[in-house]
Amino acid sequence: MHLRIKQAMTGEGIDRLQPETSSLLKKRFRLSDVLAEYVIKSVAFLSITFVALIFIFVFRETLPLFHRSGQPVVKEQESQTAGNESLKPESYGSGDEDLKPETYGAESESLKPETYGAEEVLQPETYGSVETPDNMAIYNEEPVTLNESNRSAISTLLSKDWQPVSDNPRFGLLPLFLGTFKVTIIAICFAAPLAILAAIYTAIFAPPKLREVIKPAIELLAGFPSVVIGFFALMVLASFFQDVFGYSSRLNGFVGGIAMALAAIPVIYTLTEDALSSVPATYMEASLGLGASLRQTAFQVLLPAATPGIFAAVILGIGRVFGETMIALMATGNAALISINPFDSVRTLSATIGAEMNEVVFGDTHYSVLFLIGSLLFIFTFTLNALAEFYFRNRVIRRFQGK
Amino acid sequence: MKRPGRNTWDKIATAVTATSVLLILFIITSVLVITISGGWNTLSWEFLTQFPKEGMTKGGIFPAIVGTALMTLIMTLAAVPLGAITAVYLAEYASEHSVFAKTIRFAVKTLAVVPSIIFGLFGLGFFIKFIGYHIDSAFYGGQSHWGQPNLLWASLTMALLTLPIVIVSVEESIRTVPREMREASLALGATKWQTIKKVVIPGSLSGILTGTILAISRGAGEVAPILFTGAAYYLADIPHKMSEQFMSLGYHIYIMSTQSTNVDETLPIQFATTLVLLLLTFSLSLIAVFLRYRIRKKAKR
Repeated sequence: MHLRIKQAMTGEGIDRLQPETSSLLKKRFRLSDVLAEYVIKSVAFLSITFVALIFIFVFRETLPLFHRSGQPVVKEQESQTAGNESLKPESYGSGDEDLKPETYGAESESLKPETYGAEEVLQPETYGSVETPDNMAIYNEEPVTLNESNRSAISTLLSKDWQPVSDNPRFGLLPLFLGTFKVTIIAICFAAPLAILAAIYTAIFAPPKLREVIKPAIELLAGFPSVVIGFFALMVLASFFQDVFGYSSRLNGFVGGIAMALAAIPVIYTLTEDALSSVPATYMEASLGLGASLRQTAFQVLLPAATPGIFAAVILGIGRVFGETMIALMATGNAALISINPFDSVRTLSATIGAEMNEVVFGDTHYSVLFLIGSLLFIFTFTLNALAEFYFRNRVIRRFQGK
Repeated sequence: MKRPGRNTWDKIATAVTATSVLLILFIITSVLVITISGGWNTLSWEFLTQFPKEGMTKGGIFPAIVGTALMTLIMTLAAVPLGAITAVYLAEYASEHSVFAKTIRFAVKTLAVVPSIIFGLFGLGFFIKFIGYHIDSAFYGGQSHWGQPNLLWASLTMALLTLPIVIVSVEESIRTVPREMREASLALGATKWQTIKKVVIPGSLSGILTGTILAISRGAGEVAPILFTGAAYYLADIPHKMSEQFMSLGYHIYIMSTQSTNVDETLPIQFATTLVLLLLTFSLSLIAVFLRYRIRKKAKR
C-alpha cells in the first residue's frame, strides 16, 4: 500500500491502480491548494513585517545621534553639500570683488586704484589658492562640528528649552513631554467619565431598540477626521472657552485637551460597551434574581466584572490622545513652555514632529531628534497596546472563566 | 421591604448616564450643524470644480478633491487585497492557538493604534529616503525623482494605516458565513481553497465592501501621514504621474486655517472645505455603519 501511494504521488504507474483508488489518491495533493495556502500565509506575515519595518526605519534615522557608525551616510550628504558650498564661495567671492573695488574706489579715488590694480593682478591667484584651503578647512571641520553638535544635542535633550532653530540649538524634550502629559490628562479627565457613563447607559439601561440607534450614532464620531475636529476647536471652541473663562492665550492646552477628548470618546466608548456586553448574562440574571435593582446590578456587579476591559479601553484612549497630531497642531498654541497652568499654550511631541519636519535639513541633528521623538512615541504606544492586550485581556478571561 | 430612596438613586443613575449619551450626541450634532451653517453658502458647483485663485483666497478646491480621490484610489488598490488576504488567513487557515496567528493579530492591533504621525515618519524614512533613494541611485543616476515626497509614497503610507481597518471588517464578515455552507462545499469534494474561493469570499463580499468604505473614509480624512510624504501646499495643476505631489482636502484645511496669510478673509472657504470633507467621510461611514449593522444582524440569525 505504501508503495502504491508513493507511486501515485510521483505519478509512476498511476494507471496500474484501480480507477477509483487513483482518483482518490490524486485528490490528496493539489498544487493550487498548497500554493494558495502558502501565498495567503506569507501575505498575512506581511503585517508583522510592517510593524518591524516601522520600528527599524523610524529608529534608523535617529542613529546619527548615538553612533559614529551611523554617520557615513550623513557625512556623504554633508560633504556633498559642502561640495556645493565650495562652489558658492567662488561666486560670492566674485560678487564681493565686483562690489568692493567700487566702494573702496569711492573712499579713496586718486591714489589707491593703481596700487589696488597692481594687487588685483596678484590677489585673484592668491585668493584662489587661499580659497581652496579655506574650503578644505570647512570640508574637514564640517563633520567634526557635526559630531560635536551631536554630543551637545544629546546633553541638551534633558534641558528645559526647546529651541531647535537658533545659533546654539537646544533640544530639551522636557517642555514637550510636560505639554503632552498635560493635554492627555485634560482629555482623559473629560473623555473617560463621559464615555464610560454613556457606555453604561447603552449596555445596561437603554431599551434594546434605542441601543441599536445610540451605538452607531456615537461611533460616527470616530468617523470625524481629526483635522475637522481640530478646525472646529480652532474656530469655535477656542473663542467659546475664551469667552467663558477669560484667559489670555486663545489656543491653549485646555482647548486642545477638550478637542482631543472628542477623538478619544469613541475609542473608550466602543471598547467599554464591548466589555460590559461581554460580561456573562448569568451575572446579571443572578443579581436581579436576588432582588437587586438594575442600578445596583450595573454599578456593583457588571462594572466591577468589566473593570479590566474598561481599563484597557481607557489605556487605548490615552494612546489615541498621546499620538494625536492634527488637533495638537491646530488647537494647542504650539509654544514649548514649562508650566502646569492648563490655560497656557503647550506644544506636544507629535505636533513638534508635524510642524518642524518639513523645515529641517535631511541628516541634521534636528532631523534626528525629531525621529527620536517619533521612536519614543512609537515605543510608548506599542507598550500601551501590549499592556492592554496581554495584561488586561488575560485578566478578563481569567475572571469570566473562573481560572 | 425596600429601603427608602432606592428608587430615587435608580432614577438618578439612569438620568446621569442618559445625560452623558445626550451630551456626546449634542457634541456630534453641534460639530455637524456649525460646519454646515458655516460652509453652506460658499458651497457651489463652481467651488467644487475650480482651481484656487489669487493666492488661495478665492476660487475652488478642485485639485484638492482630485488629489484626495487619487490618493484614496491607490491606497485602496494596495490595502484592500492585502487586508482581505490577511483576513482570510486569520479566519480560515490560522488555528486559534498558533503563535504565528497570535503574533499577526497583535501586529494588526499595533498597526491600528500606532499614531498616524509615526506612519508619516515611516513613509519618509522607508519609502522616500530608503526605497526612493535607492531607485534614484540605481536608475536615475542619483537625480531626485522618486526620492522625494509624491503621490505614490503618500498613498502607500496611507494604505499601511488603513490596513487594520480592512482586516478587521473582512474577518468579521468571513466569520458570519455559515459553517454549513463550508461543510457542504467540502463534502461535495471541493478542496479548501476552492471552498474559500467559491463559498467564503462571495459570502463575505459585503464585509470587503464595508472595509473598503471605512478605509476610504479614514484615508480621506487623515492628514498627519501625508504631511511629509506627498501633500503639497499649492499646485497649479492636478497630478498626472505617480511621482508628482498632490493637494489633499485635509491638508488644505490645515494650511488655510493655520498658515494662510489671511485667515479671516478665507474663513468661508475653510468652512466649505471642511464641510466637503466632513460630508464625504460622514456619508461613507454612515454607509459602512449600515452595512455592518446588516452583517451583524446576519451573524445573529
